[in-house]
Amino acid sequence: MSEEKKFRWVGTRPIRPDGIDKVTGRANYGADFALPDMLWGKVLRSPHAHARIQSIDLKRAKALAGVHAVMTAEDLPDLFAEAAKSNGGHDSSNDLAHNVMARGRVLYHGHAIAAVAATSSAIASQALELIDVEYEPLPHVLDIASAIASDATLIHEDRVTQGVEGIEGFEGAEPSNIANRVQLGHGDPAEGFDLADEVIEREFTTRPIHQGYIEPHACLAQTTPDGRVTLWSSSQGHFMVRDYTAKLLDIDLSLVKVIPAEIGGGFGGKTTVYLEPLAVVLSRKSGRSVKMVMSREEVFRASGPTLGTRIKLKLGATREGVFTGGEATLHYEGGAFGGSSVMAGCMTIFAPYAFPHVRSTGYDVMVNKPKGAAYRAPGAPMAAFALETVIDEMAERLEIDPVDLRLRNAAKEGTLASFGPRYRRVGCVETLEALRDHPHYSAPLGPHQGRGIAVGFWFNAGLQSSAGVNLNPDGTVTVLSGNPDIGGSRASLALMTAEEFGIEYERVEVVIADTQSIGFTDVTGGSRVTFATGMAVIEAAADVRRQLCERAAAVWEVDAERVVWEDGEARLKGESDRAPLTLAELAQNAGRTGGPISGRAALTARGVGMAFGAHICDVEVDPETGRVEVIRYTAVQDAGRAIHPSYVEGQMQGGAVQGIGWALNEEYVFDSDGKLENPGFLDYRIPVASDVPMIDTVIVEVPNPKHPYGVRGVGEVPIVAPIPAVVNAVYAATGVRFRDLPLSPPKVLVGLDGKSAA
Amino acid sequence: MARVILPQALAPRAGGLLEHEVEGRNVRALLAALDARFPGLGAELEGRVAVAIDGEIYNDPLLEAVEPDSEVHFLPRVGGG
Repeated sequence: MSEEKKFRWVGTRPIRPDGIDKVTGRANYGADFALPDMLWGKVLRSPHAHARIQSIDLKRAKALAGVHAVMTAEDLPDLFAEAAKSNGGHDSSNDLAHNVMARGRVLYHGHAIAAVAATSSAIASQALELIDVEYEPLPHVLDIASAIASDATLIHEDRVTQGVEGIEGFEGAEPSNIANRVQLGHGDPAEGFDLADEVIEREFTTRPIHQGYIEPHACLAQTTPDGRVTLWSSSQGHFMVRDYTAKLLDIDLSLVKVIPAEIGGGFGGKTTVYLEPLAVVLSRKSGRSVKMVMSREEVFRASGPTLGTRIKLKLGATREGVFTGGEATLHYEGGAFGGSSVMAGCMTIFAPYAFPHVRSTGYDVMVNKPKGAAYRAPGAPMAAFALETVIDEMAERLEIDPVDLRLRNAAKEGTLASFGPRYRRVGCVETLEALRDHPHYSAPLGPHQGRGIAVGFWFNAGLQSSAGVNLNPDGTVTVLSGNPDIGGSRASLALMTAEEFGIEYERVEVVIADTQSIGFTDVTGGSRVTFATGMAVIEAAADVRRQLCERAAAVWEVDAERVVWEDGEARLKGESDRAPLTLAELAQNAGRTGGPISGRAALTARGVGMAFGAHICDVEVDPETGRVEVIRYTAVQDAGRAIHPSYVEGQMQGGAVQGIGWALNEEYVFDSDGKLENPGFLDYRIPVASDVPMIDTVIVEVPNPKHPYGVRGVGEVPIVAPIPAVVNAVYAATGVRFRDLPLSPPKVLVGLDGKSAA
Repeated sequence: MARVILPQALAPRAGGLLEHEVEGRNVRALLAALDARFPGLGAELEGRVAVAIDGEIYNDPLLEAVEPDSEVHFLPRVGGG
């Protein structure tokens, strides 16, 4: 794209179209839907972290007045058994099936065992208590060390580690709790460390944490005797809900219609299903519609968090501050089925910098905890915690300014990325320079205060998107999108549409269409919607523009090639006696000049623009209580091109706050039996407004040359840098380097008392 | 011929080498050529990975064009949250 292109709408800050409904309570979220014949569905969950299910007796529950249906895994197709018969293996669908309803064994405390549908929520809860389950408790594993021990209890007795064929040390591998091994890099790290004047090696640990979305999982299912299914559901992708539900129930996709609700936060946690297949089964069995809503406690106990990690990292550098080698070994918990984000951790951990020799090796470890789910830049924040704090230590040892050290090694066009290819045009250097030049970086600090910086990286996903653009007779435009609007995408899509047509932003309405009203669209995730679905909207608008020019040409009785679209109207090239035809005029006469005008586009988006962020954090540490207060924070990020700068800034602020919570407070606390002890926001403390200062933002724009407007994804990058920025700031304030999250007051006090590495 | 670089974990399946010279006009042709040389490897790559062709990442790359002097990295697929 041309960097000189001037925009009328792109880069402006109009009010979001869905804003009024959301702030006045009119917007309908997953739990807001109801039907006249509706039953309430509830789930019985395991009281054990690991146990064999010996029997489930449903008789007493079925006999309760008001109960219309009861189900167990026996009411779902046994995908795991079918796959096991065919290839002896497993895939994510089988795991998903086993996760939504336990079959044979329960694998974590909170694992679903049975479900009921009744005329009221209270009766459904009462019925759960009447389900008699006999368990044979089994030994469990709750952390990485015990899960990978040679004598560990196996969560899946038939699973052999994937990705180890031909690897020395893994010959004849027996089943284990390591689901997968991955390795990435180039060169020979040992050679790199030989070239170094300084080498630092450290180990880091993090705890399971929740995405912290406020809206619980919720859905409403309606089925018909001829097999049709309609679902109202809150998710990050209603096509994902359709596909997973159909897969787990072995029914045709065409029979399942999913109507998207508004979503009250997801952050990756709503890219899978828990309730929908159960609600459909209960609806089929009862002949009534069924609504299911998780309680907050269920959300914590049974939906997917991002789990614990252990990372060992080694960094070598010359005394001039040039990185010579990097090596990391990452163990990520994936929950009871594996599937952790360790691959992305391996790909991102060294990504912001150039290394001649670099290697990351990852292990996906199964533990008796809920099946992990994505969380905003999955796997990257923990990886950045390790690298960026070691870089901070290296800068101190080399007596080089931490920004300068990063700039000397920053990835740029042509740099061989640690995860494989050479970078195209990226903005890592520009982002760091903007951080260095910000007044915050050189502002004075007071007693017990410290400043830390860190860099974060995320890829952004392209994936599949569809869009429709319908021209209405009054000259307004309706845009159809298949992505739930989480971060203001209605506004960004409307801005791009207004820009494409040269009309007022207010004349564009964006509708989130259901699965039968728009083509397939991948989830709202991977920082992809403004980039990829935006690309589809731009193509669909171009389709409409072409038709508009053809209509104008027909009216003027000239060849279409002689008509151009400029500033919201069709103009005839080279002549002045023909008055331009506006979009409104052409729309009004569409019926008489050939019929309705609409455009569509469906694509797999190419040209993802990888993105970097750099954050500055100031903290003040109370030496008596160990409490860390973030007193100033600045987030800098390359957005490529900010379509709606306010919502880019909102993403940056939200990501920063989530990262601050991860660094300072948040952690799942399990007892020795594997039961979560803090399943609620009272004891699992996410930051609230009074906990953080105003997050200052600086948008850097290094346009993505592969996007019509230069867009790079912005939603995930901002959660990557905060953890190391906070931890580096705490070091600067206290002289203690912490390597185990979170930096809660008791832990900080221990560190201060010892004045040695915690 | 395009220069193909495999993930380190798959090198043992490909004669212990990460880099291979492979002929093919698109990713599907590269996968077929790799599969002919190392039986089963192409099928495994097709099911599991993305590619970067001259630095640009494609998650669903089967028909993406490859130039004779292209550098093609097979990568893990990454979605997001």
